[in-house]
Amino acid sequence: MRNIWIIAKRELAGYFATPLALVFIVIFLALTGAFTFYLGRFFDNGQADLEAFFRFHPWLYLILIPAVAMRLWAEERKSGTIELLMTLPVTTAQAVLGKFMAAWAFCGIALALTFPVWVTVNVLGAPDNGVIVAGYVGSFLMAGAFMSIGACMSAMTKNQVIAFIISATVCFLFTMSGLDLVLNFFQGWAPALIVDTVASLSFLVRFDAVMRGVIDLRDVLFFVSLIAFFLFTNVIVVEVKKSA
Amino acid sequence: MSDMIVLENLTKRFGDLTAVDAVSMAVRRGEVLGFLGPNGAGKSTTMKMVCGYLTPTSGTARVQGHDVVTEPMAVKAAIGYLPEGAPTYGDMRVSAFLRFIAQIRGFNGAEIGRRVDRVREMAALDEVFDRPVETLSKGFKRRVGLAQAILHDPEVLIMDEPTDGLDPNQKHQVRTLIKDMAHNKAIVISTHILEEVEAICTRAVVIAHGKLLADGTPEQLLRRDARHNAVVIKLAAGQAADIVAGLAALDQVAGVDALGDPVGGTAAFRARPKAGASIVLPVGDLLRSRNVTPEEMYVERGHMDEVFRKITQGDAQGGADA
Repeated sequence: MRNIWIIAKRELAGYFATPLALVFIVIFLALTGAFTFYLGRFFDNGQADLEAFFRFHPWLYLILIPAVAMRLWAEERKSGTIELLMTLPVTTAQAVLGKFMAAWAFCGIALALTFPVWVTVNVLGAPDNGVIVAGYVGSFLMAGAFMSIGACMSAMTKNQVIAFIISATVCFLFTMSGLDLVLNFFQGWAPALIVDTVASLSFLVRFDAVMRGVIDLRDVLFFVSLIAFFLFTNVIVVEVKKSA
Repeated sequence: MSDMIVLENLTKRFGDLTAVDAVSMAVRRGEVLGFLGPNGAGKSTTMKMVCGYLTPTSGTARVQGHDVVTEPMAVKAAIGYLPEGAPTYGDMRVSAFLRFIAQIRGFNGAEIGRRVDRVREMAALDEVFDRPVETLSKGFKRRVGLAQAILHDPEVLIMDEPTDGLDPNQKHQVRTLIKDMAHNKAIVISTHILEEVEAICTRAVVIAHGKLLADGTPEQLLRRDARHNAVVIKLAAGQAADIVAGLAALDQVAGVDALGDPVGGTAAFRARPKAGASIVLPVGDLLRSRNVTPEEMYVERGHMDEVFRKITQGDAQGGADA
C-alpha cells in the first residue's frame, strides 16, 4: 500500500512537472464548456440539469484519456527507467496500481475543476443535485475504465504515438459497442449471446443510465471489473515484455 | 557469509539465442569484480537477472542468501543497481528523485533527509541538487544514478558500465567513489574499458557468447599475454646480432622479436619469456657478461587488450585461471 502511494505521488507530480497537466486541464475545461453550451444547447434546453454537460464526456475521454495514459509505461520503456523501477523493491502490481491511481486521480482533478458548470446550473435553477452527483461518479468511473485501457496499451509499446492510437481505438470500440456500427458487424453470423455480450460492453449505454441519475450496481460493477481486468492484463504485459 | 553473490548455472535464452549460458561464480565481500566481454556477450543480461529484472530461463542467483527466483523482493531490497545508461526520471529534480528512491527503499521521516544528504555529499551533487535531472550533463546524470544505487548503503552493488561515456575527469571521480566504498561491499561493474579493470578491480571475469571464459585477478589475466614480463631492449645496432643470439639461447626465453628496423644506429627488440616467467635478471646478466650497456631496457606487464582479444576471439575452451 505504501509503495503504491509513493509511486502514485511521484507519477502525479510528474504530470505537473511538465506543461502536460496545464494543457490537458485547459483543453478539457474548454471543450466541456464548448460542448455543453454550443453542441449541447444548455441554455436552449431550459432544463436545470447537466445532461448536456455529461453527454459529451465519453467523446472527450476517447481522445484525452489515451493522451494522458500513453506515457504511463511507454515512456518508462523508452527512457529505460522501467529497469530502475522494476529493480527497486516494488512488485509489478504495485507499480501498475500506483501509476493507474495517479493518472486516474489526475482525471479526477480535471473533472472536479468543471465545478463552475455545477454552480451555474444551481444559480439558474433548482436541479436535482443527486442526479448530478451520480453523473460525476459515473463520469469518473468511466474515466477510470478508459484509463485502465490506456495504461494497458501503453505497456505494450515504447512508442507513445502507437500507444495513443491503439488505446483510442480500443476505447472507441468499447464506447460504440452498443451501437449499430459495431453490432451490425456481429449480427449476421454471431449467436445472440455474443451480440448481447458485445452490446453490454458499451460505455455509452452504461453511462447513459448513470447520467440520468440511476446508479445501478451492475453498471458500477461493470466499470470496476473492466478496470480490474485491464490492470491485471497490464501487470501481465509488463512482466512479459520485460523478459522478452 | 563471505559469498555475497552466488550464480548457479545462470542461463537466459531469448528464443533461439542463448544470451547467458550456465554461468556460475561467486563474489565475496571486499571484492570489486570487473565483468568484461564484447558487446552482446551477455554482461548486461547477467546483471539484469541478478538484480531481478529478468527472470532466468534456468539456474538461479543468490544475493546475500536470497534466491532471486523465489525471493525477488528481498534481493531487490539488498542490491544497489545502476542500470546501463543510468536511467533516471528526467522531469524530476535531483532532490525529489533521491527522496523518491529513499521512500521506496523504506526510509521514513528524518531518515529520508539524512540518507539523501549522505549520497548528495558522496556523489558531489550539491550544485545540481535542485535542478531537473534532464538538464544535467552526462557526468552528473551518471552520478545521480550512482547516488540512487548507494542510497540505502547496500552491501551488494551492481553497476552496468558506470563510466561509459564520461570524460577522463569524470571517470576518475566515479572510480574514486567506487574504490572508497569497496572495502565492506561486494561490487560488480561491467565495462569494456580495460584500463578500468586494472585501475579498480580486484578480480576480473571475461564472458563472451554467454559463457564464462576467464576468471582471475587482473594480474593473473595479464599473465596470459605472451608479452607479460617480456623485456624490451634498445642498444647500438652493431651489438644487436650478438645479443639477440645470446637471448635466444637463454632457457627462459621463448623468442626474440625485432621491433622495426634500426633507426639512427639503434636497434630495438623484445625478448618473450616462456610461460610468463620473469627474465629480467638473466637478461641483465647476459648484457653484463657481454659488456653491453643498453640505451633503454624495460619490462612489459602485458596488455589487457591483448588478453581480452585472445580470450574472446581465440578458442572458447580457455578454462578459468583462478
